Amino acid sequence: MRLLSIVALAVLATAPPARAAVNVMTATEDLADLTRQVGGDRAKVESIARGYQDPHFVEAKPSFILKLAKADLLVVVGRELEIGWLPSLIQQSRNAKVQVGADGYLDASLTAKILEIPTGQLTRAMGDVHPLGNPHYWLDPGNGRRIAKAIADKLSQMAPADAAYFASRYADFDKRLAEAEKRWDATMAPYKGLKVVTYHRSWPNFVDRFGLDVIGYVEPRPGIPPSPGHTIDLIGEMKRQNVKILIVEPYFDLKTPQSIGRETGAKVVVLPPSVGGEKEITDYISLFDYDLNLLVAAIKETGAK
Amino acid sequence: MRRCFRSVSAFVLASSGLVAVPPLAVGADEVVQASPPPSAAADDLSQLKRDLETLRQDYADRVAAIESRIAALEGHATEAAAPAPTAAPSAAAGSKVFNPDMAAIGNFVGAAGKSPGGGEPSLNMQEAELSFQAVVDPYARADFFVTLGPEEVALEEGYITFPTLPGGFLTKVGKMRDAFGKVNGQHPHTLPFVDRPLVSKNLTGGEDGLADAGISVARLIPNPWLFLEATGQAYQGSSAIFTAPTRGDLAYVGHLRAYQDLGESTNIDLGGSIAYGHNGVTDDTTTRLLGVDATLRWKPLRRSIYTHFLARGEVTWSRAGQADGAQNAVGGYGYLEYQFGRRWTSGLRYDNSQRAEAPWLRDTGGSFILTFKPSEFSLVRAQYRRTSFADTDSPANELLFQFLFAIGAHGAHPF
Repeated sequence: MRLLSIVALAVLATAPPARAAVNVMTATEDLADLTRQVGGDRAKVESIARGYQDPHFVEAKPSFILKLAKADLLVVVGRELEIGWLPSLIQQSRNAKVQVGADGYLDASLTAKILEIPTGQLTRAMGDVHPLGNPHYWLDPGNGRRIAKAIADKLSQMAPADAAYFASRYADFDKRLAEAEKRWDATMAPYKGLKVVTYHRSWPNFVDRFGLDVIGYVEPRPGIPPSPGHTIDLIGEMKRQNVKILIVEPYFDLKTPQSIGRETGAKVVVLPPSVGGEKEITDYISLFDYDLNLLVAAIKETGAK
Repeated sequence: MRRCFRSVSAFVLASSGLVAVPPLAVGADEVVQASPPPSAAADDLSQLKRDLETLRQDYADRVAAIESRIAALEGHATEAAAPAPTAAPSAAAGSKVFNPDMAAIGNFVGAAGKSPGGGEPSLNMQEAELSFQAVVDPYARADFFVTLGPEEVALEEGYITFPTLPGGFLTKVGKMRDAFGKVNGQHPHTLPFVDRPLVSKNLTGGEDGLADAGISVARLIPNPWLFLEATGQAYQGSSAIFTAPTRGDLAYVGHLRAYQDLGESTNIDLGGSIAYGHNGVTDDTTTRLLGVDATLRWKPLRRSIYTHFLARGEVTWSRAGQADGAQNAVGGYGYLEYQFGRRWTSGLRYDNSQRAEAPWLRDTGGSFILTFKPSEFSLVRAQYRRTSFADTDSPANELLFQFLFAIGAHGAHPF
């Protein structure tokens, strides 16, 4: 026992006092902020995608190769969200640390609650479906917590000397998120079961968490632009069910949503699904603050029930 | 996972029931045994009743405690413990999960109008490309592209890539398309036009380019200003341009690429290429190619799926050794592309190229291209092409059209 404590002391004494920050690249700004929340000043974080761009269609620019080449850790959304652009960047990074399956590759979806995992026969007649489930899962604060935990664990594994620091940062984030969740639940409590329409299937985790009911999509199929026939059907359905809220991601064209809005009296609400989607959305918690405020204002304005 | 927790809780309930039942049975036995003696005093009986009551209460409490613990466990399960990732239900069992990503791409090309220089067939299934791509082991990945054309089946590319060799040398070994310029390395289905530019046909090997068996090494050149990548390739010397007379006469391709963001929407991509090898005219004749390419891209991130603009130019110089001396030829193309709708892209191309072995013949042409993409996996394209061939009197006016369709694995988006 005494020997053990001597060894422990010796280890502590020889540990270098100043440590280099872990260099983290993330696929999206949401993951970047969650990494900052738990990584603090011991993690240098940058995102490839911007919060206001469609995360399915990020360009594989060579400038990202340079950044990935220097990364210790790459955090990805997974569920094939980045399938069109990330694999070639990873390969060309020539960085063994961040190759798929390496220690520096973290798929944030692995510990998250994933919805819409397709069952049965799957074909592209259904549009650009994600065979491994809906990748927009970060829009549930419960998943934000799980992602933050996974990142904190990964950072601790990569920089064991800072494990206590990451754990305390996570505990602090967990506490702030729990407080915010109480606030959000109170805000949304009066609108349980409210029917909405969204442009793309970006919101299943969000509506699941806050008790909204999506009755239709502007896209006839995921990734397929609106068609006149589908739009007419959707307008009819929205009128029948008295839907007054139409949620659109900021990177989609507003022409069709606005004409649907005019026909049905629904309010078109541009909701950023990611951190950085608007200037005010500087972190994960303010993302929900911003979106829920906008949503509630729209609900009050239209008198939607 | 939730189902799993249910079955666990069912098990806990069943086992707690098993534990709880025997003592109760014992209690009942005691009652049975206690009742017969007539001499039993009234207070004995009431004592027994009280014992039984406390026993009953005790067990009721215990069951309640167990139940609340189960409820807490289940609640906890849905709240904090993340549902474990559910494997895709369709995922094939066992070793089949290691099957490579497979895709088939059909490329159907039609042509109409007069072309004195020959030109494409009226209706042609130009190629079906099959691709097989997977990780080999922790050190490498492999890519195979097999093309099935109207007349031939060929290995378009088949190579192993070592992405993480020490020193940052991205190394490929196998048969592959060359790194000369921009258009030469592209598969026909990733080109933004139906045909290849005249300069490709006249100077750099046409459809197959310099595709050959060889070794390619590419390394980033660290510098504080921009993305700089140097690629060096050594080939067997068996392609449309190069023919090696002996084993020692390899063909070489070198490429230097510089890339710089000019903001989040705009970027510039510059390249310089060289190629050298024996051309097979005589044992000593060689061909040298020198090329420059420049691309300017604009794509606003907020509207990236609706619009983009691209301007590209490539110029190639060729010095082809002939029996009676070398011939110098030059050619190039300029291309403008504008996406004006989520599914619509238009393009303009200007072609001008001498012929490698007969530089006194200069072909020129112009094309207007319109592309409609119903989805990421198919496209329909029309191209009006007017070509003035140096050896014919009247220009060729042609309409080309193309159907491209892909099934299988989701490929990388072009950049």
